[in-house]
Amino acid sequence: MRAPDGKVRPAYADFAGLLDDLSIESLVTKQAAAEELFRRLGITFAVYAEGGSTERLIPFDLIPRILDRAEWELVERGCIQRVKAINVFLYDIYHDQEIIKAGLVPPEFVLLNPAYRPEMHGVEPPNQVYAHIAGIDLIRTGERDFFVLEDNVRTPSGVSYVLENREIMMRLFPDAFAGQSISPVGNYPERLLENLRAVAPSDDDAPVVVLLTPGRYNSAYFEHVFLAEQMGIELVEGGDLFVRDGYVWMRTTEGRVKVDVIYRRVDDAFMDPLAFNPQSALGVPGLLSVIRSGRVALANAVGTGVADDKAMYCYVPRMIEFYLGEHAILNNVHTYMLRDPKQRQHVFNNLHNLVVKEVQGSGGYGMLIGPASTAEEREAYKLRVTQNPENYIAQPTLALSTAPTLIDGEIVPRHVDLRPFVLSGKETSVIPGGLTRVALVKDSLVVNSSQGGGTKDTWVLERS
Amino acid sequence: MLSRTAENLFWMARDMERAENTARMLDVSFRMSLLPSTIDKQALHFEPILAIAPGSGRFRELYDELNHETIIRYVALEPANGGSIWSLIRQARENARAQRSAISSEAWESLNSTWLQVQNLDFEGLKRWGYRDFFDWVKERSHLFRGVVFGTMLHDDAFRFIRLGTFIERADNTARILDVKYHVLLPHGEQVGGLIDYYQWGALLRSVGAFRAYRNVYHDTVYPWRIAELLILREDMPRSLHHCYHNLIGTIDELAGKKGLECRNLAGQTYARLKYGRIDRIFRSGLHEFLTSFIESNNALGVQIQEDFLMIPAAVAGAA
Repeated sequence: MRAPDGKVRPAYADFAGLLDDLSIESLVTKQAAAEELFRRLGITFAVYAEGGSTERLIPFDLIPRILDRAEWELVERGCIQRVKAINVFLYDIYHDQEIIKAGLVPPEFVLLNPAYRPEMHGVEPPNQVYAHIAGIDLIRTGERDFFVLEDNVRTPSGVSYVLENREIMMRLFPDAFAGQSISPVGNYPERLLENLRAVAPSDDDAPVVVLLTPGRYNSAYFEHVFLAEQMGIELVEGGDLFVRDGYVWMRTTEGRVKVDVIYRRVDDAFMDPLAFNPQSALGVPGLLSVIRSGRVALANAVGTGVADDKAMYCYVPRMIEFYLGEHAILNNVHTYMLRDPKQRQHVFNNLHNLVVKEVQGSGGYGMLIGPASTAEEREAYKLRVTQNPENYIAQPTLALSTAPTLIDGEIVPRHVDLRPFVLSGKETSVIPGGLTRVALVKDSLVVNSSQGGGTKDTWVLERS
Repeated sequence: MLSRTAENLFWMARDMERAENTARMLDVSFRMSLLPSTIDKQALHFEPILAIAPGSGRFRELYDELNHETIIRYVALEPANGGSIWSLIRQARENARAQRSAISSEAWESLNSTWLQVQNLDFEGLKRWGYRDFFDWVKERSHLFRGVVFGTMLHDDAFRFIRLGTFIERADNTARILDVKYHVLLPHGEQVGGLIDYYQWGALLRSVGAFRAYRNVYHDTVYPWRIAELLILREDMPRSLHHCYHNLIGTIDELAGKKGLECRNLAGQTYARLKYGRIDRIFRSGLHEFLTSFIESNNALGVQIQEDFLMIPAAVAGAA
């Protein structure tokens, strides 16, 4: 909210004025109203256990994170650039593998990657798009310094919060929206549907698009229901689909209906029990053969995971240079590969200043935050790393930016990150804003909702 | 509509209907067991319930003794018995939960609160509640659910699949109740009209809530062939086979439109037997045989409905 010199940033000026007019008490009242709305709308993460379910709200902070036009344009261009490069990279590694031949990415990083799917080799996805929906996790460390933490190109979630947070903010602060132009995000479902339709394999005017969910026991089920409803498409489970005569069909009471595009929120491993995990009841037997013949489009495509693990992350700037001939607009965080003995030694010597993560890990689990760890924890972690060094990377701890946050009736700074959502179909675009996650615990750098994180609405101002 | 949605709604309605009918049967058996002449053979009155309920085979595994307490416990509360009232309500509620957006929120809340009340009920709790009060409660919750569905839901395809489930299940249950007691309806010469028979017949009528309906229709003393007529052939008796099929035919027509679905044929054949049947002919060719064949064709209709509307994944292979 404030620049290093302590002045309120111009982007925040209007809202800061609004805050000055409100008492803390009225903010606390609004906060409670927001929570009540979330509950009433049923925007919850369901944790289901036999015999009942507990529904958990993700904490919402009502002070928005605001970006001005120039800041946003940087983020937007950077995200689009990254996702474009990743899509070309995915096409390349499932075809001619030029980047490997050029010696820019070690072959074992691709071919031995557990997320690499040899079955997808030579498959032509419509418009050569693999990652139709991507979530790029960013942090900010200075005026114009945005760093990418992670590229999520499998089945990124969280966009329903972006839409619902905005909905609630417009109810709570109508004046703020009337007084300045804040870029709308509400057309995301429409744009998503447009992009999904654009990759339909047939020339049909009205391709059938469905959203495939693992079912109501999945923690993001609310989002699946929400998006299916907003797009007006069927929310299906594996058992609703079947493969016959070379196509994918959906069982309806009117008979079978051909499916052209599947927006899937099921992981690769569970998509087709004939090709991948044979135990999976979530997928559709024979689906992969239809994908390979190009008669159904899957968003995101099978095999995108190879581009988003934490080791491949290091190579994204090279991908951008190799495929697009451009310099990366957004910075990468310097990353040490612990498979390399020299780098490993350096990391071990400086563990108290570094963050160590599992290559395939997510959700903030299994990581070591050096500055917050004890000597014993560090020793134990070293042992884990030594047993399987390929599985770990390390990064410096960054001074990520903070945003004003209402905690216990006080406005205090808390660390935030940002996940803009990037859509690729005919072309690549970003919805203005994204999910701002905030670490509600003082000084904490972990923003994951599973680890005590909350969310904020993200405002992009239309004028500079 | 997704076939899975139809399937969930169909079974939600079937299970709730069956929970009600099971409560009715338990209620009647309990009343019968209180009659003075049979006090030493209480269990006898409950045994037929085990015979009626499909999947009752596990009783012997779970209980050493066969008496009215163990039977009530098994049929009302046993989680291991998929046909117990407890299990039926649980399944109905699970199916509703899977389709919360397809039913009205009041329908969901009604089923959910029924489940929450029965969820932790144990046998001691049931005894404290009182058997009769519990059976009445189950009936009331079923009435309430049916009423809420009727009064709050759009009368669209979702509603129609619920109706199909209700009437398929009810026809099955009424036929089974009749079949298990059919021997008491047969004329047995000089003994006709004995006090015990009177009570037996009365109990049978009560088990389907038709005691007063009988009086209103026939204005006469209780004769067994009239009971059979009332529960098989009377169109205006809401639990009769004829009434169930009248509704099934209408609902299938609305769902199928102009498509010549096989379930329409099956339902039509059975409907004709009920609409144009005569009770004296049914008795002459055998009541038991009639009921057995009805139960079979009703089952076949249930399966055919699921196939025609693609509710069974395996049926998809044959669907064009």
